[in-house]
Amino acid sequence: MKRYSAFAIAREAARNHIGWGRAWAKRPPKKRYDVIIVGAGGHGLATAYYLGRNFGITNVAILEKGWLGGGNTGRNTTIIRSNYLQDPSAAIYEKARSLYETMSQDLNYNVMFSPRGLMMLAQTEHEVRGYERTAHANALQGVETEFISARRVKELCPIINIDGPRYPVLGALWQARGGTARHDAVAWGYARACSDMGMDILQQCEVTGVRQADGKVTGVDTTLGEIGCDKLGIVVAGHSGVLAGMAGFRLPIESVALQALVSEPIKPCMDVVVMANTVHGYMSQSDKGEMVIGGSADGYNNYTQRGSFHHLEHTVSALIETFPIMSRLKMLRQWGGIVDMTGDRSPILSATPLGNCFINCGWGTGGFKAIPGSGWGFAELMAKGQSPLCDAFGLNRFTEGRFVDESVAAGVAH
Amino acid sequence: MLILTCPYCGVSGEETEFHGGGEAHLKRFGPGASEADFESYLFHRENPKGVHFERWRHVNGCGKWFIAARDTATLQVFGTYPAQTTEPPQEIRDKITAARPGWRWRDFA
Ligand SMILES: Cc1cc2nc3c(=O)[nH]c(=O)nc-3n(C[C@H](O)[C@H](O)[C@H](O)COP(=O)(O)OP(=O)(O)OC[C@H]3O[C@@H](n4cnc5c(N)ncnc54)[C@H](O)[C@@H]3O)c2cc1C
Ligand SMILES: [Zn+2]
Repeated sequence: MKRYSAFAIAREAARNHIGWGRAWAKRPPKKRYDVIIVGAGGHGLATAYYLGRNFGITNVAILEKGWLGGGNTGRNTTIIRSNYLQDPSAAIYEKARSLYETMSQDLNYNVMFSPRGLMMLAQTEHEVRGYERTAHANALQGVETEFISARRVKELCPIINIDGPRYPVLGALWQARGGTARHDAVAWGYARACSDMGMDILQQCEVTGVRQADGKVTGVDTTLGEIGCDKLGIVVAGHSGVLAGMAGFRLPIESVALQALVSEPIKPCMDVVVMANTVHGYMSQSDKGEMVIGGSADGYNNYTQRGSFHHLEHTVSALIETFPIMSRLKMLRQWGGIVDMTGDRSPILSATPLGNCFINCGWGTGGFKAIPGSGWGFAELMAKGQSPLCDAFGLNRFTEGRFVDESVAAGVAH
Repeated sequence: MLILTCPYCGVSGEETEFHGGGEAHLKRFGPGASEADFESYLFHRENPKGVHFERWRHVNGCGKWFIAARDTATLQVFGTYPAQTTEPPQEIRDKITAARPGWRWRDFA
């Protein structure tokens, strides 16, 4: 792999940029791999990367039915935070957030991690108490957050209207090292590093069946033919139910559409991320100047990657009350992704009824922030059969009623 | 946009008139059931990319619960029927078969 550096830019500038190679290799599939990962989103790619980096397992293929990062990883609003309530959540999300801090250096790929600070507005008394509780929990977990006053909110984000008629801002949960990163770059950076370790990234390769013998997976059927494996990792977000169906087990997951939208670009006016969970809206400003906006998910099973119009209407009308300056902004683009929702709004990183098959899913509306931590833990689970980061997130928590309940804690999760 | 017709009052409306109620035809398991059955009833869900049966409530209308047969990949609605039944009526199954030959959902086909 040719390293990216200031020197490389100067060198290539001097010779008409003819020396930039492919970021990752394109190779035909082998007959068999030690590990097959289904799904080249952030979580699948990060899993492969840490299998190689932390465990030396590099005979790995990552199979993707579309293009790399074309699922939710390339469709999200890129918010990164780790201010969760429950201890197991704080552990995995904070591991992820801390890995984001050095990801550009680790991968030699600029993922534009921008810890610009993130606030979750408290707009009801109930939310004030909830976020104060989270701030205390975070202090015990070693996650740096604080509950700030409405005045401080206004100082940090002057375009907020703190005394709106319906939902005045009463304070906020502030995480100074939360922020955003470039979502495509995260997928591309991991893909380049995986390819460099000799792993195969097979795009336009849809898994259509899971081959089994004696309660174990022997390989997968794909649109590029049958491929064998010793271990299988299913990391397909919204399509988890489809893959579990192929493998013959059931999941506590439903897939729904979640939408986002961006405005026309405007001058810099907001250098923090703001989430307003009571009114179901959140916003940040991209480097191009667009206001990046997300809202709530559809209320029914859906695989159409579109989503319903009234959710956009609801999100935008709620945000206009909090950000009056955007009332005349034009919205440029809207899109949807299919998110995999669990009942307790926590992920599943687990062994399955098939001995050598593992599943990583259920990240729902908020898994971009978790990509490196999830990959770190899931690689350990796949390599060793056990991982402290994943312990609480097994499928058995549903049998045992041992939920990691973040739905009550977050209201909306991103 | 998803348009549904309420089988009770006959009103067709777009989805904001209704409220989704999740998977239909769930078999209840309670005290005395095996743990696997109880877990499955509470948490496991059909999550098909294709034909699906689900409950809806006509919240901004007559208020009644009904069931819709719908394709989750296209939003095509094959039909709706009253909720007082444990399986989809034959007529709805025939409509689905005409549009999606070979479909299967749990034990229904
Ligand atoms: C609109 C929106 C906004 C969001 N905002 C945020 C946010 O601000 N912050 C945050 O932390 N999270 C956010 N999320 C959630 C986040 O995007 C996801 O949790 C995360 O990207 C999931 O990553 P993944 O790798 O598991 O899935 P994906 O990126 O979806 O990757 C799964 C891949 O599997 C592939 N696949 C599926 N079936 C098959 C098959 N049969 N064979 C081969 N490949 C297959 C798919 O094509 C896909 O590329 C948002 C999501 C959406 C939709
Ligand atoms: Zn009605």
